[in-house]
Formats: sequence, C-alpha cells, structure tokens
Amino acid sequence: MSLILLIEQVLNGIQFGVMLFLMAAGLTLIFGVMGLINLAHGSLYMVGAFAAATVAGWTGSFTLALVAALAAAAAAGALVELLVIRRLYDRDHLDQVLATFALILIFSEGTRYVFGSFPLFLDIPAALSGPVVLPGGIFYPLYRLVIIAVGLLVAAGLFVLIAKTRIGIQIRAGEADREMIAALGVDISKLYTLVFALGAALAGLAGALVGAIQSVQVGMGEPVLILAFVVIVIGGIGSIKGALVGALLVGLTDTLGGALLPTLFATFMEPSSANTIGSAVASMAIYILMAGVLLFKPSGLFGAT
Amino acid sequence: MARETLINIALFALLPVTAGVAMVMDEPFIITLVTKAAILALAGVGLNIALGLGGLVSFGHAAFFGIGGYAMGVLASHAQSYTPLMETPILIEGTKSMLVIWGVAVVTAALAALLIGVLSLRTTGVYFIMITLAFGQMLYYFAISWPAYGGEDGLSIYIRNDFPGLNTLDPIQFFAIAFAVLAAVLFVAGRLAKAPFGLALSAARQNPERVETVGIAPFWLRLVAFIVSGAVTGLAGALFADLNRFVSPTMFSWQTSGEIMVFVILGGVGRLFGPVAGAALFILLEHVLGGLSDYWHVYLGLLLLLVVLFARGGLIGTLAGRETAHD
Repeated sequence: MSLILLIEQVLNGIQFGVMLFLMAAGLTLIFGVMGLINLAHGSLYMVGAFAAATVAGWTGSFTLALVAALAAAAAAGALVELLVIRRLYDRDHLDQVLATFALILIFSEGTRYVFGSFPLFLDIPAALSGPVVLPGGIFYPLYRLVIIAVGLLVAAGLFVLIAKTRIGIQIRAGEADREMIAALGVDISKLYTLVFALGAALAGLAGALVGAIQSVQVGMGEPVLILAFVVIVIGGIGSIKGALVGALLVGLTDTLGGALLPTLFATFMEPSSANTIGSAVASMAIYILMAGVLLFKPSGLFGAT
Repeated sequence: MARETLINIALFALLPVTAGVAMVMDEPFIITLVTKAAILALAGVGLNIALGLGGLVSFGHAAFFGIGGYAMGVLASHAQSYTPLMETPILIEGTKSMLVIWGVAVVTAALAALLIGVLSLRTTGVYFIMITLAFGQMLYYFAISWPAYGGEDGLSIYIRNDFPGLNTLDPIQFFAIAFAVLAAVLFVAGRLAKAPFGLALSAARQNPERVETVGIAPFWLRLVAFIVSGAVTGLAGALFADLNRFVSPTMFSWQTSGEIMVFVILGGVGRLFGPVAGAALFILLEHVLGGLSDYWHVYLGLLLLLVVLFARGGLIGTLAGRETAHD
C-alpha cells in the first residue's frame, strides 16, 4: 500500500472518529451527570438526519438544514426527557435499557410511518463538494475535511463549556454530588433537561453531517450508537476527554483495520483466504480493542475507578 | 396454593392446549406460532438465569442464540451437501440428528459464554451491559463477513433435522419436542434457583460483600450462572433455527438481544415462568398487532414503556399482586 493511500485512510479514520465523538460526547455527558444509559441516542441522530434532509429538500440550503437538525434533535431530546427519561433517573440500569429500547422502537417505526422505508438523500453543498489538494499531492474530499474541522471545533467548544462556564461548573458539580448542588439552589431538573437536549443536539448534528455522505434512513442510528458505546467504554464512562481519545482510536482502528488487515494477512497466507480472514478480523477489530482495554483497565482509559 | 403458582400452571398449560386446539381445527400456522413462543420462552428462561437470579444485565444474549442457530446450520448444511466439516486432523462429518446438534449447540454456547463471561464479568453495571452488547455485535459482524456459511444471506436447511421416533416436519410433533425441552429446562431452572448454588447467586446479587465475607467468591457464581444461561439460550437458538429451517446473522443482532430481554421483562424479572408469559404475549402481540398495522413495533414500544414505568413486576407480577417472587 502506498503512502498516499495510507494518509487518505488515516484521514478517513479521523473523520469517522470525530463523528463518533459527537455521538459519544452526548452519551457520556448524560451518563456522567444523570447516571442514565440512553439507547435512544441513536434515534436522536436519526431525527437530526431526517430533519436536515427534509429542510434541505424544501429550501435547498445546507446551513438551514444543519440548524434544523440541531433544533429538531434538541427539541426531540427535551421532549423525551420531560415525558419519559426523567422518570428513569432513580431506576436501575435494566429499566433504563428497556425503556430507551422501547423509545427506539417508537422512534424508528414512527419515522418509517412518516417518511416511508425508502432512504432520503442529502446533498453535499456545492461550495464544499469536490476534492482539495493537500500538501504532498494528495486529493481529499473537502467535505470530509470540513467534518473533521467541525468535529474538532465542537470538541474544543465542549471542553471550554465544561471547564470555564457557569453551566459547565454546574454540570461537573451535578456529576460529583447532585444533592449538594440542588441544595445550593440550582434547579437540577432544568439542568438535566438542558444536558439531555445538548447531548441530543450533538447527536443530531452528527446525523446531519453524516447524512450527506451516507443515505438517510430508518435504523441508521443504531450501528453508530453501538460504536459510540464502544467508544465510551474504552474512554471511560463520564469522561469527555476519554470520549475524544476513544472515538479517534475506534475510528482509526476500524478504518485502518479494514484497509490494512487483508494486505497484512496476505503476507503469510494465500490471497483469497487472506482477504476473507482479513476482512472478518477487521470487522471485529474494535471489539477486540475494547476487550483488550478492559482487560487492563476495567473502567476504561480515563474512567474513575 | 399461591396465586402465582396457579398463574404459572395456567400459563404453562396454555401452550399445549392452544397447540392441541389448533391441531384439531387443522391450523398448522397457529401450532408454529405456539412452537415459536415455546422456543423464545426457552431463550428467555436462559437469560433469566443470569438476569433474574444473578442480576447480570446481559445485552448480548443474541450471541448465544446465534451460536446455537449456527451450530445447527453448519452441521446440517454439511450433512445436506455430504461434505465433511473437517478432514484434518480428524474427520468430522455434518449431522442431521437433532440430539447431536443440541449437544454441539449447548457446548459451543457454553464455551462462548465462558470466554465472554471471563472478560465481561471483570466489569459491572453499565460497563457490563455495554461490553456484552459489544461481544454480541462482534459475532454479528463476524457472521456477516464470513462467506463460508452464507454471510449476510444466511443458510437454508431444506429438511428439518431428525429426532428418533418422531416426524419432525409434522408441526404438532415438533411442538411436542420444543415444549418437552422447555418443560425440562424450566424444571431444572426451578431446582437451580432453590439449590445452594441458586441461593448463593441470589445473595450475590443482593449483597455481594456479605457473600464474600462467608467465603464464597461472587465472580465464580456469576461466571457459572452466565455459562448455564448462555448454554440454555444456545439450545433455544438451535431449536429456533430448526423451526425456521434457516439461520442468518439476524439471530446475532442486538435487536434479538433486546427482544430476549423484553420477554423476560414483559413477563416479570426473576420469576421462573416470566419468560413463558413474556414470549407468549410477545408472539400474540406480533400476530394481532402485526395484522392490524405494519407499524406494530410502535405499539410494542408503547406497551413496553408502560410496563417498565408503571407495572414493575411484569405480567405475572401484575396478575399475582403483591406476592413477589424475589427480594
């Protein structure tokens, strides 16, 4: 494999990782602050993608589509939090898993009812389509670079929000001791709704951004959701830094595994079986990575022990 | 007699009675539905050993269900095409014998549960839920990307496997097999819950520190429970594949894990007959609501949400009133 191809794959891996970070950040925040495991996070990703595709279809504007995705996902998140999720904070994880599994069924079939089973398409805006030439003569799609930039900006913004702002201090205080900050006069239920809506908005943004490279369809959220789980398990649940590191690790492992393992296996076995075994192992690579991390650090790389 | 015992007897009788009535009325489709309920109940009984007794929220039981299914698919497909499974170092041939297939399904599922359990049980709480989910997905993607046994398309087996003395293609006889297995496993699971092992396991769920203090390591109790649980779900997978005469990676999917969990919860966690009630209700809903609307999963979701939020003992818990099965 040539160096250029390798660099391309690394960029693809980073782009994938950055998308996973947008999903994982919301999940890990919601778990860290409220102690809630939310399977319906993938549905919010889907809501964002569908809102973006619909609005882009009406107006033709990608910017409006992104705004719509953020707004729709945040609104759906806030609504679900008020109606259902809020009753689950004091329940055990089993109840949370089941109730949010039920939410997935409702969201998925509801979306299928409204939009039908056929995928929608969201076009990359003209200004961002086409390749750019990177130093070294590598052609790379501009849109994917923009995704990387947006993801890194959001990550930086999230770090500032958590570390520097009043809301961020309240969020961290909520993680540490929720009774105490309630006693200090912070409206804890409003804070919870806010955090949930923020997580939902990030998922919606990821859905809209990815929706322009893949098709927008029912069930698109769950594979990403499960990868986001792998990310936060590797990074340590509740840690934004862990989510970022975990997301990049998973993104790179998955992309590079798929590109390199068949070639690697071909060095010591015959090409046809190397291809089969290589791609089979590659499809499991991130789970093997996760098992390996948990073997040495049962609560993830940056998790509180 | 306690109300729950009466409900259990009624529930348990419901399956063969429905199948019998369907046979008299010559409705083989209904018999197949009841058989499906019995097999899914078996998968639920398996999960319930880990979940109800051990408090291990496994979101990856599709792994064992799928392994059982593929044990059947792989062995029967080799027998079907008269090609040996392996020639070196020893000759292993495919088989159409249900009993052999069950044995292989149980042993491979138990081995997988041992491996997954040793790794997963190092973690607790949400980590455990997610790591079991991830192992399930790992096998799912493996099944999809491994072309030898059908890959994404799955494997069709044309003729149901053999059981000595019975015609397995006759719906009522196949139902009898599935029901007998369910009855036997329920009996064993009931004894297990009352045996010293089951009591220690329950105690480890409620208060692991105390169990440790009296000199029993919760890890080994949980690992054994997880293995037994995986083996039972694997057996259910083999039967399920035989019922459909088809296996596909869907058996490994996380939705399957979720559904097995739904059977347990709809019926009532930690209740011996909970999965039977849950699976029967699930099949009934699938049949009735599925006939009314293509979007029946919405109603299933709403029902599940209501059960989780408001009817915490599940179906049996609601019917049996306040006499709880555990804690």
